[in-house]
Amino acid sequence: MSEPVLSVSNLRTVFHTDRETIRAVDGVSFDVGRGETVGIVGESGSGKSVTARSIMGLVESPGEILPGSSIRFNGQELTEFDDAQYREIRGSGIGMVFQDPQKSLNPVYTVGNQIIEALEENQDLTGEEAREEAIDLLEAVAIPDAPRRLDEYPHEFSGGMRQRAMIAMMLACDPEFLICDEPTTALDVTIEAQILELLQELQEERGLSILFITHDMGVIAEIADRVNVMYAGEIVETAPVEELFASPTHPYTEGLLDAIPGRQDGSEQLRTIEGDVPTANEAASHCRFAPRCEHAFDACEQAHPQHVEVGPEHTAACLLYPGEKSRSERVEHHRAQAETGGDHE
Amino acid sequence: MSQATQRHDDTDEETLIEVRNLEKYYGDDGMFSPPPVKAVDGVDLDIKRGETFGLVGESGSGKSTLGRTLLRLEQATSGTVSFDGTDITTLEGSDLKRWRRNAQIVFQDPESSLNDRMTVGEIVREPLDAHDKGTERERRKRVMDLLSRVGLREEHYYRYPHQFSGGQRQRVGIARALALEPEFVVLDEPVSALDVSVQAKIITLLEDLQEEFDLTYLFIAHDLSVVRHICDRVAVMYLGKIMEVGETEELYEDPVNPYTKSLLSAIPRPDPTDESERTTLPGTPPSPRDPPQGCQFSTRCPAKIRPEGFEEVSEETWDAIERFREIVRERTRVELGTVDRVKRRAGLFSKYDDIDEAVKDLFDGVERPPVVDDHLTYAVEQVKAGHPQDARERLHEAFGSVCDRERPAHHQVGDRGRESYCHRHREEYDDVESAIRR
Repeated sequence: MSEPVLSVSNLRTVFHTDRETIRAVDGVSFDVGRGETVGIVGESGSGKSVTARSIMGLVESPGEILPGSSIRFNGQELTEFDDAQYREIRGSGIGMVFQDPQKSLNPVYTVGNQIIEALEENQDLTGEEAREEAIDLLEAVAIPDAPRRLDEYPHEFSGGMRQRAMIAMMLACDPEFLICDEPTTALDVTIEAQILELLQELQEERGLSILFITHDMGVIAEIADRVNVMYAGEIVETAPVEELFASPTHPYTEGLLDAIPGRQDGSEQLRTIEGDVPTANEAASHCRFAPRCEHAFDACEQAHPQHVEVGPEHTAACLLYPGEKSRSERVEHHRAQAETGGDHE
Repeated sequence: MSQATQRHDDTDEETLIEVRNLEKYYGDDGMFSPPPVKAVDGVDLDIKRGETFGLVGESGSGKSTLGRTLLRLEQATSGTVSFDGTDITTLEGSDLKRWRRNAQIVFQDPESSLNDRMTVGEIVREPLDAHDKGTERERRKRVMDLLSRVGLREEHYYRYPHQFSGGQRQRVGIARALALEPEFVVLDEPVSALDVSVQAKIITLLEDLQEEFDLTYLFIAHDLSVVRHICDRVAVMYLGKIMEVGETEELYEDPVNPYTKSLLSAIPRPDPTDESERTTLPGTPPSPRDPPQGCQFSTRCPAKIRPEGFEEVSEETWDAIERFREIVRERTRVELGTVDRVKRRAGLFSKYDDIDEAVKDLFDGVERPPVVDDHLTYAVEQVKAGHPQDARERLHEAFGSVCDRERPAHHQVGDRGRESYCHRHREEYDDVESAIRR
């Protein structure tokens, strides 16, 4: 594969509070290749949205990206960027689509105004030219009757239309990389299908690379090429999408898939994962999933699991692997990796 | 839930709740008010004792309003709701209060449905206090029992809702709903706000409680896979109307209504190897203030019947015509300001000239045969002159079919109580499946 568009390595984003330091993202690494869609899936509190915000430079005090983290976009190190440089990259390189378009559109300007503003800002188009381009963009995101819609306010749009307008606005910046943070979660299923289809079309037409964040395994299965499963600030498993669904390896991924109604036989009881997602407030010296894991053994509380290859382009961070070794060998393997692998602290 | 199905099969098929021609309109309060919002627009359904009846639909379909109207949290505009033979839409005073014990609700959002200033114990006890159940001590004991029954601990009695996670708060809501030992519980999106692993726990709890207390559930949700898991029968709503109703597995395996088909095919499946054909619906549901005159689903239906005389028109052209009608319909909803109205009278109206552009885009590279062209030209001119309503009527006249003009009937399909609301079930028309495939 050629040079990835985005390469995140050992990203650690923490939030300081009076009492403790919350390690929202704790040593996350992944790549997004050109034209690829990479998914991050996890439950609330897993750190998936903070990962997105860290890449976009939207982490504000009391949050902090710790030294040693690296986010490389087209070869540039984003963690060294200042505000002005970040604005530049948000205006042209990276676009972001949020869950709630209501919050990202300004209610007192027409949708057209906002798109035209983005065009003026980023593509130096003005007047009639900008208006024409704005109409083209609204049509590109399949908003019917685009010329009239341009003069309407966000509240006159339905939820799905607003999300389309948001995407049009983002396309005005002509990005090559798109971060979608739960873009369809607030939408009805028929509208969700439209938006997913739209994103896939745009990706093909414009050669976009996408980082797609969601809690919905169904959406991930539909849109992603590769999937990263996050738990309590860490990626616990990563694999190509078909591989992940066919042979989930980490006990957390297995649990997550088993908890979805309809994955098993209709008659079975849903499997549940006991307990809740913990808040990571100190450096991991153990497996954060161990307290909820039915396969956990003593060492899970003492050694921090490292990523181990378990299949083609498929790794999982769990002391059960590599499966061909004995338990004590495995624990040794993970301990040694943790020391030499340059993993945090 | 096949266990549950079995359970009901060998007990009774007795109807607990019978809904007939139920309507709930909002804003229908005067001769000069705009047309009302028809949130529930003539619904018939039967809920059997001990079953879990699912109600699915997208936002704005009226499913929550229907649930609330069944509980008298909303007053029905017309129609009847019989609960064990008593019409509850007319109950008053102490009769109403007594009946209310029997029917409870669990809300979607455990964040906002619990009072933050009360302890969990007080929240669960409140219904017991309101209905004067037992002595102080008995109530306390009952609350403790309930808390442990829904998987909370006794010491949680003194805590406040904000100290709990979403899943735990939903358990509190369930305990409260069960405090008065109801027979019937409306679950209004009870797991929609929860993470999937938490969701599974709450669903399992609801199943256990149903078994233990012989509850009848109305389970309202937009998440179709959850409904499939928990419900015995299911009704699919769209714009205030039930489009299809039937036994859950049968309906999911073989939906017969065009809306149900599209809805089910739109669910993202947690299976990346799934290659099954999708029917992506165009557009968004119309406003419930201005629903189509015919079938509620006619503006988006992939199986809509074409009127006679247009058999030769290509699919592409027909599709463009339907989209154009949608645009004109939208334009009739835009209110003109005073200045525009004066201009219109003076023949100087120009605000809608941009319709040309919309038409150009729609029909770009698409044929416009003579049978359709005159109507389209006329409609465009009317829109430009500021009379979109006239354009809309002309298009309706020219291109409207039975789907645009008449409300369908609920047709029996099969012999297991399935009903579907669609003209295609009439003998003279092709069936839904072959129409969609075209």
